[in-house]
Amino acid sequence: MELVLAAAIGILAASGTWLLLRPRTFQVIIGLTLISYAVNLFIFSIGGLRTGADPVLHHAAGDIAQYADPLPQALVLTAIVIGFATTALFLVVLLTSRGLTGNDHVDGEDGTP
Amino acid sequence: MSNHLVIAPIVLPLLVAALQLLVGEKRRRTVLALSVASCVALVLLAAALMLAVSADGVLGAVYRIGDWPARFGIVLVADRLSALMVLLTSVLALALLPYALGRWQHRGGHFQPLLQFLLMGLNGAFLTGDLFNLFVFFEVLLAASYGLALHGSGARRVSAGLHYIAVNLTASMLFLLGVSLIFGVTGTLNMAALAELIPTVPERTRALLHAGAALLGVAFLIKTAMWPLGFWLPRTYAAASPVVAAMFALMTKVGIYVLLRLGLLLFGDAAGPASAHFGSGWMLWGGVATVAAGTVGMLGARDLARLAGYNVLISSGTLLGAIGLQLPAVTAGALAYLVISTLAIAAFFLVVGLLASDGDDETDDTLSLEPYVQPGEPAPNESLYAQEDESRVVISAPIAMLSASFFACALLLAGLPPLSGFLAKFAMLAPMLEAGPRTGATVLFALIIAAGFCTVIALCRAGIQIFWVEPERLVLKVRLSETTSILLLLGLCLLLTVLVEAPLRYLRETARQIHAPAVYIQQVLPAAEVQP
Repeated sequence: MELVLAAAIGILAASGTWLLLRPRTFQVIIGLTLISYAVNLFIFSIGGLRTGADPVLHHAAGDIAQYADPLPQALVLTAIVIGFATTALFLVVLLTSRGLTGNDHVDGEDGTP
Repeated sequence: MSNHLVIAPIVLPLLVAALQLLVGEKRRRTVLALSVASCVALVLLAAALMLAVSADGVLGAVYRIGDWPARFGIVLVADRLSALMVLLTSVLALALLPYALGRWQHRGGHFQPLLQFLLMGLNGAFLTGDLFNLFVFFEVLLAASYGLALHGSGARRVSAGLHYIAVNLTASMLFLLGVSLIFGVTGTLNMAALAELIPTVPERTRALLHAGAALLGVAFLIKTAMWPLGFWLPRTYAAASPVVAAMFALMTKVGIYVLLRLGLLLFGDAAGPASAHFGSGWMLWGGVATVAAGTVGMLGARDLARLAGYNVLISSGTLLGAIGLQLPAVTAGALAYLVISTLAIAAFFLVVGLLASDGDDETDDTLSLEPYVQPGEPAPNESLYAQEDESRVVISAPIAMLSASFFACALLLAGLPPLSGFLAKFAMLAPMLEAGPRTGATVLFALIIAAGFCTVIALCRAGIQIFWVEPERLVLKVRLSETTSILLLLGLCLLLTVLVEAPLRYLRETARQIHAPAVYIQQVLPAAEVQP
């Protein structure tokens, strides 16, 4: 499971970085989204991977080692919300830029006449 | 602790912004009155906070949100450094308000609420004692700054804003990676608890901790615009409307604040031999490179707003280098320089905004500078100057005021006597020499002096081209409110020239406090709570 997750994070981050460096605004926003997926998975994984473990203590608490670490889950939730909002904002700016400059190059000018 | 003073600078702008959104943009007077009231109240609150933390025997105020103990809940911590930054933010915001009254606030929607959200984010980032909470406040201030950077719209602004947002989103990702690595190694995100844990981190995971801290550092260095991470800055600042650019002069200082705070708290002398002074070399040499890059950019700048942007780079670089040295006396001087350079650059952006505007509210224009004359070429306009009849030259009041302000800004930015820019630079540079010969300190010292000299050249050149022209070419419409802002900022710098002793004493004490983080840790994690 660790290997699959690590590979997934790596592939997402690598593809995201590649796209982020591309000249079209749409590629940039997809790149940012992929990187944010990679980061969210990464945050999620720092608590240690566990299947079927409960993050919330319930009545018959028992051994604390049976539970998953709840903090990374709370952090990743916050990160997802914030990332989602800023990406939406970026999308609006992207569309405005497209409308104002007439092309989708990140610099607002295409190079081709 | 029942002292709600610490959280007030965060809650107040939040409530005011929400109220302004509810009131709606149509009722301009109400919105504006709310803004003014909020900013005045913030200045008073920040001053009260400063008095509270600088009283004898008090080392800081800790506010536990929800009264959860520090290890489990989030704390806000106000010490001398935080109080200083909060006061600087509030004073700057208050001084900028009259300028925004003129033509700028109506060029786009929701200027005032966005400004209040920005203040909330800034104050939160300065006051928080928790790394993840810092991330949240950073996002609040960045989200507000995206809106402000785009304020006024136009293709140039949107294109620059696009870059600004992309760069900052990437930086936020690095921030998150760094935070999660640090959490993975230590299991806590409370700054004081981290400082306590770092010496005991096993060697096996120390490399991971350093990787996390380095990623975190890169995120802040992007906001600070260290070379080569700062290419976004001059373009964005030049494209933003002047009042926004003036407020953004403070934004790079947030990065500096965090680097100063975390660098000394987490990787100070107490961090153990393996981690002590981690990253300080990078800050020092990065700062040196930034000053050099900023100076070259400033000399080559072809319009005035970009020239001001490069001045922000020089200021950032100087501060980075100075805090990279990690000497208490230099830090005290650097804090003085931080305050003065923020105020001076803000005033400079405002002056530039007035000079570049042709009085037409609909268009945005930049004031471009003529290129340098190539050797061998005849100087242009020579015959023109010879024919000029000097008897009819009348200097109008706005031009006189603007040129005087420009001159004062130049003195402050270059750090020439008699204004406070010189005193701040002197307070920073003198201890560098006293510390004994270190290559880094010597290079930084020489470079800061050289950068000051180049600032004089660049600003003289710009000043001559702008002000020493025929009067008909320089027609300006300047409103009283806009003048008020500039005079407030410059007056503050002048006041700090006269009353230099008490602020410097405060800053020395601040530097001493942040260089001895044991007290901070004790304050946040009282002994009773150390046992679980």
